[in-house]
Amino acid sequence: MSLLTVQNLQQHFPVRGGLLRRSVASCKAVDGVSFTLGEGETLGLVGESGCGKTTLGKAIVRLLNPTSGKIEFDGQDITRASIGSLRPMRRHVQMIFQDPAESLNPRHTVRDILEEPFIVQKMGTKDERRKWVLDLLDKVGLPATATDRFPFEFSGGQRQRIGIARAIALKPKLIVCDEPVSALDVSVQSQVLNLLLALQREMGLSYLFIAHGLSVVKHMSDRIAVMYLGKIVEMAPAEELYHTPRHAYTKALLDAIPVPDPAMRRKRELLQGDVPSPINPPPGCAFGHRMKHPKWEQSVGMDLTLKEVTPGHWVQPCPCCA
Amino acid sequence: MSSPILQVENLVTAFDTDAGRMTAVDGSSFEVPRGKTLGIVGESGCGKSVTAFSITRLLPQPHGKVLGGSIRFEGRDLAALPLEEMQKIRGNDISMIFQEPMTALNPVQTVGKQLAEAILLHSECSKADVLARSIDMMKKVRIPAPEQRLNEYPHQLSGGMRQRVMIAMALINKPKLLIADEPTTALDVTVQAQILELIADLQKEMGMSVILITHDLGVIAEVCDEVAVMYAGRIVEKASVFDLFAHPRHAYTQGLLESIPRLDSKPKTLLKAIPGNVPSIADFKPGCRFAQRSGREHSESHLTTRPAFVEIAPNHFVENCPICVA
Repeated sequence: MSLLTVQNLQQHFPVRGGLLRRSVASCKAVDGVSFTLGEGETLGLVGESGCGKTTLGKAIVRLLNPTSGKIEFDGQDITRASIGSLRPMRRHVQMIFQDPAESLNPRHTVRDILEEPFIVQKMGTKDERRKWVLDLLDKVGLPATATDRFPFEFSGGQRQRIGIARAIALKPKLIVCDEPVSALDVSVQSQVLNLLLALQREMGLSYLFIAHGLSVVKHMSDRIAVMYLGKIVEMAPAEELYHTPRHAYTKALLDAIPVPDPAMRRKRELLQGDVPSPINPPPGCAFGHRMKHPKWEQSVGMDLTLKEVTPGHWVQPCPCCA
Repeated sequence: MSSPILQVENLVTAFDTDAGRMTAVDGSSFEVPRGKTLGIVGESGCGKSVTAFSITRLLPQPHGKVLGGSIRFEGRDLAALPLEEMQKIRGNDISMIFQEPMTALNPVQTVGKQLAEAILLHSECSKADVLARSIDMMKKVRIPAPEQRLNEYPHQLSGGMRQRVMIAMALINKPKLLIADEPTTALDVTVQAQILELIADLQKEMGMSVILITHDLGVIAEVCDEVAVMYAGRIVEKASVFDLFAHPRHAYTQGLLESIPRLDSKPKTLLKAIPGNVPSIADFKPGCRFAQRSGREHSESHLTTRPAFVEIAPNHFVENCPICVA
């Protein structure tokens, strides 16, 4: 049974305009996304900026109120759950953010930050919580002396470790990692990735791993979903997606990655243009539209729900890109 | 071989702060061959941007100072040039593009006005000529509908288009040297590929030399001819791009190359990581600065005496710490 099931999730935001700030349009940040995530599994989510991957992550941890669709966590429908009734679920679903400098309260010591989840969940006595904080620091590779220091006293990598410690404090089942290493120095990124891998093995965590760097995502994930303009266009096991991409957008993304080996230089098929705005998305296959594909018109009005082409490999069945 | 367009020798740049003098670039030497691309790669705080600002004399004033060394550009020492002379060179013979085009462009002036400014600062030109040159340059950087874009403001453009505008501004006076400081870091990979190719195409067309500053070894491997690896204010290794990736000699370069996840590596396996953190400028040591993170035992003398920068193989230079270069 899967830990997380997302069905046809939509997250729209009103675009306000005019004198009365009435809603004049809607920004379809996430527009009909479905996937499942198993226990101990990592699903990678890639796409260009503005494709809706962060919004999707926030909707799943219910930092947003989804417009429509269904999110089922551990057999429980949490799509419309109220803040109060979400509290027990929050123990099991946590999030790690891109910029640890902005997601840690600068006026709280590391102890305050790490103790807070326990206090919110009314767990343990003061002494017990202090011991748990020390255990957490040990787990993420920070010294016990860190407890009385403030976030600004740490480097970027260490701060991200604090963010990770906070996320694992309540022994969650699922962590949404939103670009957890893109703000870090190259030599520190691999430390944090290794820590995430080790914690997953040790605690049986599931990750939704959001990043724009396909090589990082591929290294961390069992399966990868490629998002374009609010929709998943392809989803497959990590190795398979890399070796036999089916959708033209996946191919373009893979082709654009700079390979750290000068012997592998190649002439690329360059993707033209930018990601279109999700406020007025083109009908049919959005990527076919960007590519001005001759068969794009055929995709207008088609049912573009993902189809399973080989076991576990799902592709948007548009005539232009797949 | 012709002489290099830029020759930097023993550059020392420091900032005066409340906590004392901080040496951000500590004696680095390199040159940029004509028509080629030199990549400077390093992590935050290693001094790569300060190197660029030293060359263009754009260091924050009055705190930033070039304390020593020479920056020879076409026979003239830029570090010793009077400011007015430097202003004639900057934006004309040497141009620079920056990481975040939104903050580097003027938000309250149209693209056309900013391009015109770049032209008129360095040449006398009629209005019609300015317009013609601007449109021509916008076409060169492949901006669709250039006539219309000239009347738009930066916020009306996408990130990729803004970076194109900045490249157009930098190249409009046909510079001999372009310094690109993390030009694609703020962009998506697909747009990054477009911009890198654009720079390479224009470089070929105009025969200019490029210094490309980045933290991304992938970008270095794709576009550079020569590479300098900076760590904690010093160049620790310098070689041709093929040599550096095939035979890295310094422990830092090796560690960096091994620690990046690659598309062909086995998923969910542990990566080789460099332990510890990038040192902050206040903690720079006189000796080998990578010692603490190298995982190799350094003796006291290695920590107190600066290793020499030597040519270890033809055109392959390394900061020759006997422990880190084995």
